[in-house]
Amino acid sequence: MSSRRSRITEEEINELISKLHSLLPESRRRSGASRASAAKLLKETCSYIKSLHREVDDLSDRLSGLMATLDTNSAQADIIRELLRS
Amino acid sequence: MHFNKCSEATRNPNPTPDLNPNLNVSKTMQAAYFLRAFTVINSASPTSSTMQRRRSIRRAAYASMARAAGNRRAWSRAVLRRLHRGVCLSSSARRVVIRRRIRVSRPREPGQADVLRSLVPGGKAMDFCNLLEETATYIQCLSAQVRRGRKDIRWVYYPG
Repeated sequence: MSSRRSRITEEEINELISKLHSLLPESRRRSGASRASAAKLLKETCSYIKSLHREVDDLSDRLSGLMATLDTNSAQADIIRELLRS
Repeated sequence: MHFNKCSEATRNPNPTPDLNPNLNVSKTMQAAYFLRAFTVINSASPTSSTMQRRRSIRRAAYASMARAAGNRRAWSRAVLRRLHRGVCLSSSARRVVIRRRIRVSRPREPGQADVLRSLVPGGKAMDFCNLLEETATYIQCLSAQVRRGRKDIRWVYYPG
């Protein structure tokens, strides 16, 4: 049963995959990457997304820790509160 | 955290600037958002543990990312749905959620396609082509959110 998408060409898929590749940070792009297989590029993309998830987790950790220590009565908090009111 | 610029990724290259044009310093806006979020989270449960606060911050991060992308992307709709249902967003926390299984025909795909599906919100219901498109904007928004998070932390140390 062919869906409307069954005629997507390999070329279109490759284009989308290379667009993904261009979104990877420099350190994750291999030299001669145009020859890397789609599977390798996808693998690198998955690994990159996982590292971004880890980083969001890590930042949330640190921010929540900082919030615990931040003194909301400090002068800087007062300044910001004023800004929020204006 | 707060709204980020990932709307750029899903729309045009010239996003609208800060919400309030009278505030000419975006750093100030950012600081204001940060303290507002901090105040909200803190006042909601002042005695909450660091673990609970961490969860709130994580949820806020993904929520602001998804709201900035709006309904335009399947992944952002999926994130917003999960938030409404109160489902854990994390892939690191193991929780069993009963989902409706949507059957999609899967013509030849690289093996990693399934892994990608599990990483991108809503990915399991997408065909391969959509998955690749959604992944692109998801990555752009995630990395923008990470940059925002780093700025928030720097601001705590260097609020000037």
